[in-house]
Amino acid sequence: MSDGYPDHLDVEAIRKDFPILARTVRNDKPLVYLDSGATSQHPVAVLDAERDYYERHNAAAHRGTHLLGEEATEIYEGTRAKLASFLGAASPDEVVFTKSATEAINLVAFGLAWSLKPGDEILISELEHHANLVPWQQLALRTGATLKWFTERPDGRLDMDQALVTERTKIVAVTGQSNVTGVIPPLREIGELAHSVGALFLVDGAQLVPHHPVNVADLGADFLAFSGHKMLGPLGLGVLYGRYAALDALPPFLTGGSMIEVVRMEKTTFLPPPAKFEPGVPPVAQAAGLGAAVDYLTALGMENVAAHEEALTAHALDALRENPGVRILGPETTEDRGGTVAFEIDGVHPHDVGQVLDELGIAVRTGHHCAWPLHRTLGVQASTRASFYVYNTHDEVDALADGIRYAQRFFGQG
Amino acid sequence: MQLESLYQDIILDHYRNPHHKGLRDPFDAEVHHVNPVCGDEVTLRVTLKDVNGEPVVEDVSYDSLGCSISQASASVMSDLVIGKPVDEAMTISQVFLELMQSKGRGEPDEDVLEDAVAFAGVSKYPARIKCALLGWMAWKDATAQAMEAAR
Repeated sequence: MSDGYPDHLDVEAIRKDFPILARTVRNDKPLVYLDSGATSQHPVAVLDAERDYYERHNAAAHRGTHLLGEEATEIYEGTRAKLASFLGAASPDEVVFTKSATEAINLVAFGLAWSLKPGDEILISELEHHANLVPWQQLALRTGATLKWFTERPDGRLDMDQALVTERTKIVAVTGQSNVTGVIPPLREIGELAHSVGALFLVDGAQLVPHHPVNVADLGADFLAFSGHKMLGPLGLGVLYGRYAALDALPPFLTGGSMIEVVRMEKTTFLPPPAKFEPGVPPVAQAAGLGAAVDYLTALGMENVAAHEEALTAHALDALRENPGVRILGPETTEDRGGTVAFEIDGVHPHDVGQVLDELGIAVRTGHHCAWPLHRTLGVQASTRASFYVYNTHDEVDALADGIRYAQRFFGQG
Repeated sequence: MQLESLYQDIILDHYRNPHHKGLRDPFDAEVHHVNPVCGDEVTLRVTLKDVNGEPVVEDVSYDSLGCSISQASASVMSDLVIGKPVDEAMTISQVFLELMQSKGRGEPDEDVLEDAVAFAGVSKYPARIKCALLGWMAWKDATAQAMEAAR
């Protein structure tokens, strides 16, 4: 037990796997990294997998008749298979590699531009990260379809107004977990609503997949987008899970080499998914790293990861509630919410809070976190956000609480 | 701790009691600038007057939301440019911009920058330079628009 909060992971051992956590930052302070919601840190196993790929197997996958090319293909497809099993997908063919979660969502939005018409409806929510908001606004502009959204309640929860789902709804796209308040919407219920009118259901899983056990069949999602770098993997690799029939029905997004079947000057036919959506030489080094990240998380057990973060979140919520100058944005309990905690401090702007915390070695995110409408609805211009992952400790939560009090004193508010 | 060198008393004083804040009429040009990274916003108005054929900054008024650095900088900026010929104010603006781009190595000229020398420490923090420049950029934009309208 740590401060009365249950232990689910051997965090001390985990921290030894992450070289960056041993460095010091400003004023020779040890690094307290509470910004994994933006990007996570990497264990040695992930760094080694990337290095090993470049040192021993580097080649263009899916091409060439040489051994290295075959090995690169095996690594790349091996990660696809690992991800399929990690997500409970029916087949590795349901896993498409993209540059990012953002690109994965755009892939679906651009694909639907071929079939949406004026009068059709796209349904999102006010909780969205801009990555699951702006592509749908653009799709509405491009097609004449109407963009509608579930509103956000004052407690940060999504207002389940079922009347928003109509016979005209073609796609419902919502976040799996808010990147600001940590709110997890009732995803299964939303998916069932979407399917009841024949609409597609997309989940922005950027903050969900790295932190919770996810099974796509249970979730009922036609599409699930997420990024590797928020789940211990390298930058530059995103994933789109798609139910095979849903992927097959989408036209290609980015086109070019390696996604084609036959090319003539007049016309091109395409490979089936996932190849249809993966033009160009594949990013195998990143896939090697992400494969190692999936192995690492699987060995920890996603239930344990979620439970560990829940304990840290409970601790953080308790500590922040004790401070009268702090207002937590969103739910103040851990029920249906993940390990990101956003807050505002009376009389101290988030940017200034972040600066003071940085002087103490504590890395947090400040601003609107690419979720401007969400902040507007909660009546704040910006916020400070702490987000937790497998390597964070209860001592670091205490350091955050102390740092906040220091910032309040510095700006004459405490 | 380096915090005190960043947040000098001059900055905290201007933050707590900003000068010339609040939108005033009449005005020649109004702009709205946003820092898309953090969402800081400023709405700024400029009034110019003609003094012997030379444009002079008669008033700068603004309404803003943001951190201590952006708020204090707008306050200091308005002190510096109000009453100055536009040419001279533009020169001060350029000197301040160069200070912000100096990566902590600039030697601020107090005769030109007055209270704005307190922002020298900001140039060591790349993420905060935009905060310090928000008001200045809005003023430059509004002044350019007012000059254009007067032509």
